Amino acid sequence: MQKQAIFQSKLLPYALVAPQLAIVLIFFYWPALQAVIQSFLLQDAFGLSTSFVWFENYLDLFKERAYFEAIVRTFFFSFAIAVSSLSFALLLAVMADKPLRGSTLYRTLLIWPYAVAPPVVGVLWIFMLHPSLGVLSRYLRNMGIDWNPLLDGNQAASLIILAAAWKQISYNFLFFLAGLQSIPRSVLEAAAIDGARPMRRFWTVTFPLLSPTIFFLLVVNIVYAFFDTFGIIDTMTRGGPGKSTETLVYKVYTDGLLGGNLGSSAAQSVILMIMVIVLTGIQFRFVERKVTY
Amino acid sequence: MANVTLRSVRKTYPGGFEAIKGVDVDVGDGQFCVLVGPSGCGKSTLLRMVAGLETVTGGEIDIGGRVVNQVEPADRDIAMVFQNYALYPHMSVYNNMAYGLRNRGMAEAEIKTRVEEAARVLELAPMLERKPRQLSGGQRQRVAMGRAIVRQPKVFLFDEPLSNLDAKLRIAMRVEIRKLQRRLNTTSIYVTHDQLEAMTLADILVVMNGGQVEQVGNPLAIYEKPATTFVASFIGAPPMNLMSTRPDEIKSQLGSAGEAGILGIRPEDFVITDQTPAGGVALSLIVEAIERVGAETFVYGSRQQEEQRVAATPGELPPGEVIVRIPGTEAPGIGQTIRVAAVRAKLHLFSGDGRKRIEA
Repeated sequence: MQKQAIFQSKLLPYALVAPQLAIVLIFFYWPALQAVIQSFLLQDAFGLSTSFVWFENYLDLFKERAYFEAIVRTFFFSFAIAVSSLSFALLLAVMADKPLRGSTLYRTLLIWPYAVAPPVVGVLWIFMLHPSLGVLSRYLRNMGIDWNPLLDGNQAASLIILAAAWKQISYNFLFFLAGLQSIPRSVLEAAAIDGARPMRRFWTVTFPLLSPTIFFLLVVNIVYAFFDTFGIIDTMTRGGPGKSTETLVYKVYTDGLLGGNLGSSAAQSVILMIMVIVLTGIQFRFVERKVTY
Repeated sequence: MANVTLRSVRKTYPGGFEAIKGVDVDVGDGQFCVLVGPSGCGKSTLLRMVAGLETVTGGEIDIGGRVVNQVEPADRDIAMVFQNYALYPHMSVYNNMAYGLRNRGMAEAEIKTRVEEAARVLELAPMLERKPRQLSGGQRQRVAMGRAIVRQPKVFLFDEPLSNLDAKLRIAMRVEIRKLQRRLNTTSIYVTHDQLEAMTLADILVVMNGGQVEQVGNPLAIYEKPATTFVASFIGAPPMNLMSTRPDEIKSQLGSAGEAGILGIRPEDFVITDQTPAGGVALSLIVEAIERVGAETFVYGSRQQEEQRVAATPGELPPGEVIVRIPGTEAPGIGQTIRVAAVRAKLHLFSGDGRKRIEA
């Protein structure tokens, strides 16, 4: 059942949605369109002449080995960030869901990290894990680990994954907690009477009933890892050492702004845009159907 | 098969609120016990304590000769039917019923036999592959029953299982539950706030109020001899008429001893007559409203020439109001004065505070 509003004038409804439409058009569609146009253009090094080259920027991109490496790296990062932050957040949420004294307080505390801006997260982790300044680095070195993310690509990558996952835990925690609280108490009680021990209860009742939340968060986390990790990467490693932490989004930035290759950079952002559209499409299609019970 | 015994069971919440103030009930093997009372009387809490979902802060709960205070719900060998059914929404009807058996490591073949037998009894056979959300309220209720019976537990616990159903289905399921329980002969404890459900189902009726047991016994015995004014007004619909009386009045009318304070007469015990039966009570009423429900007519009248106040109990009648049940063929006009009487044997006498029944 849909409510139908009746307007006297035909113009009024359009006038009412106009501000929102204007914002969307100017700040989203206009830049997107610019990117698409730009991706078909090739500029000389000084920006003096521009020529229309059709799909040459895209074709060049697919011939570039570094681009494929960035794709693989981005998928790996996304997977690692999503899985680690989701599982840790779920663990925290399950523990916070228990009726304990002062639960409101630590629930609130667990949500706080979400309010921290990505670059600040980066700085925070740099201070803790900087090879010469970091508090944690000292312990790592005492334990015999040669910790130096400024030189070791794998360590730099794990640092990024750690910081990005940490940042996202609060957000996931919030949704998991809400999801857990929406599971009727009596269903879990029925399972307890049916002879299911806590672990079995979790895997056979709680976890399946959380599956819509888990799927939603999985998509949100992948999108986050794809795009919102820019701030963390920029403050912590700037894509380095070498290119070991250069994700697709960071490559758009380095190729376009630092490398001056605007055409290729635009082509890369168009590809990213398509990926987001696909991810969002999957989410809309499946969140409503398949995963719900 | 087991009997359930509650020995001065108490429940005090950490905040200091006393939900159950010492309850003693003994349910024999195969008996159907109904806990009835108004909302907040502690009946559901008591049931949940028997199930093991609430801790016991005092007294003992004994199932089949074993004190289960510290035993996990899973190990009490009980099955419970919840008010909202509490079906596992992501599992098919079959798996809902099989879940408890799988948890106990039963062989799939045996599970299949048991579930199919339960499905046959409950007429769920065509729906075994459906999910709970594809079922109607009555069907879900039957799945919840099925989940309880496949386990073949020592005790069934029911927490207002029919209150989410519509009136017609409720009556049908009530009969089904009774038949099923008789056939399986499993000890059952059933919680409800519906006195009609309580009367029709119970072998033993436990009337609760404010965390305490008001009266325990056979339903008809309770109806015929309510121990307190609370029970008198809670069991029976419409509720018993309660009027406060002066001792001398009681003495003159009933020829019995002096301290009684409250006189109770059930609406169905009145007859319209000009005579006053020996030792009985006669009242003249001005008809204020009538309800004709077909088989019977309920007359709401106000008493004349009297200033008697009614005791303050649940189901309290407004001062001076009396409900009379007469055959459906009769319907006195509004404003008309009628004279009604009740015989001596149908009068109930209680102490002034309503806590004690006085046998004349």
